[in-house]
Amino acid sequence: MKVTEQDIKTVASLSRLKIRPEESARVIEQLDEILTYVDILKSIDTEKISPTTYALPMQNVFREDVVKPSLDRDLALSNAPLKEDGYFKVPRVLEE
Amino acid sequence: MKLYEKTAHELHDMLVAKKISAVELTNNLLARIDEKESDIGAYLEITRENALATAEKVDAKIARGEEIAPLEGIPCAIKDNICTKGVKTTCASKILENFVPPYDATVMEKLNAQNLVMLGKANLDEFAMGGSTENSAYHPTKNPWDINRVPGGSSGGSAAAVASGEAIFALGSDTGGSIRQPASFCGVVGLKPTYGRVSRYGLVAFASSLDQIGPITRDVRDCAMVLNAICGNDKMDSTSTAAPVPDFTESLVTYVKNLKIGLPKEYFVSGMDKEIEDAVIEATDVFEKLGAKIVEISLPHTEYAIATYYLIAPAEAATNLERYDGVSYGARVDGVDVVDMMTNTRTEKFGEEVKRRIMIGNYALSAGYYDAYYLKALKVRTLIQNDFTEAFKNVDLVLTGEMVNDPLKMYLQDICTVPTNLAGLPGISIPCGFTREYLPIGVQLIGKPLDEATILRAAYTYEQNQNSGNKIAQ
Repeated sequence: MKVTEQDIKTVASLSRLKIRPEESARVIEQLDEILTYVDILKSIDTEKISPTTYALPMQNVFREDVVKPSLDRDLALSNAPLKEDGYFKVPRVLEE
Repeated sequence: MKLYEKTAHELHDMLVAKKISAVELTNNLLARIDEKESDIGAYLEITRENALATAEKVDAKIARGEEIAPLEGIPCAIKDNICTKGVKTTCASKILENFVPPYDATVMEKLNAQNLVMLGKANLDEFAMGGSTENSAYHPTKNPWDINRVPGGSSGGSAAAVASGEAIFALGSDTGGSIRQPASFCGVVGLKPTYGRVSRYGLVAFASSLDQIGPITRDVRDCAMVLNAICGNDKMDSTSTAAPVPDFTESLVTYVKNLKIGLPKEYFVSGMDKEIEDAVIEATDVFEKLGAKIVEISLPHTEYAIATYYLIAPAEAATNLERYDGVSYGARVDGVDVVDMMTNTRTEKFGEEVKRRIMIGNYALSAGYYDAYYLKALKVRTLIQNDFTEAFKNVDLVLTGEMVNDPLKMYLQDICTVPTNLAGLPGISIPCGFTREYLPIGVQLIGKPLDEATILRAAYTYEQNQNSGNKIAQ
């Protein structure tokens, strides 16, 4: 097994996902299966190869720094699960 | 009259000649949807009133003697991961169950400028993750040729709608084969444009360096027409290319003399179905008879493509899907504090496959594993792209099979489609016949970067020179 219980906890926390204790073994198994499969990449020498993030050669795309009309505030808030006075409303972030 | 069986270009001619009205056409499709939808399940939502209102506008325009654009008044389906202003866009996920986009995707703006008659939003695997459309959080879509089979995916709703006569054409999206594979399973034409050809603005992101929107149609002419309508540079998507966009309908000539077609030996993998292999050979025979030259080529890193994709796509997906946090849009499940709320929301509202990919992606991106997995995959991606660059020094396009609709061999499907996305190349899947069980078979043509014109020309030539049978499943 490549993946440990601790790995799963860390990754689940990074992912903001809850893994129930009874699911843990299955998740480890699934992740392990993928990681074992992708190990075939290790057999390739990529020492001198540069990574490709985008398939087409792209340079920085610049535009003039001017203000343009953007989404109306009410419209931007129209899908908010909870809102108040023109703001998104979320549960408490800091302790009292 | 079975107007739903016709192609967009035939219907355009009929509209112009006033043989039919746009409202009559839309009603014909809506009636077909009423007849078939309970069996097929191609749609997540049907936008009946909007469709008829737009059709009326088109009829008024025709009545005034104004010219109409090629797709004007032609009823279509839009994959439900493409944002449609005022019309729910769910990505077939519970996390976007009530999401009504306040803006249109760029492709929608372009099509709406042609008075697009959108019949509805087409089903998909949740967030386009999957190859069968069984992975929708709402309902699976069935294959119109055999409702006990899957239509492929993730654009399975789009492909099934076109194949069953529930839409004349559709838009899909393709990250690792999600247009071409369902097109092949449903016996229709599906094209993934070169990365950057079509703006991704308003396409709900899965893997941003791989995603492209593209057409699913009944024939190659329709495919070129839809491509014409959606391509082009967009200020809202800085990865969209500024390369000039040709009129793709000019590629629709039957001429392949001296065209060099490469057959990559690595794609004839063991486990490939004999019927598919025969279909590919038959297709190459058609090309050869018409004067094309068939050359065996090698794409030596093909066997690493799936592993590369299995790392890059989830890594990008994990990052893209961070935005579903229950704050600004989408579902929210309450919690004791903000982190608990976000965690509860994501845990309850994402499906299993989506969560699995998020976990893989975040694992590959996390400290200590980034170099070994993610960076390694990006480097192998370079090698895969180099394979194609080398091959295209000697050939004009590459021809491969598409896998048969066999649940046990689904994983083999990816090998035919994934490398194209990793290399950013255009690829088209066209029907080339049926299996003994009367399931469609597709053949794929892959082109050089930005050279959709050549694969369209070859696809058109092939289509005009062979009879692949029925286009619509009854």
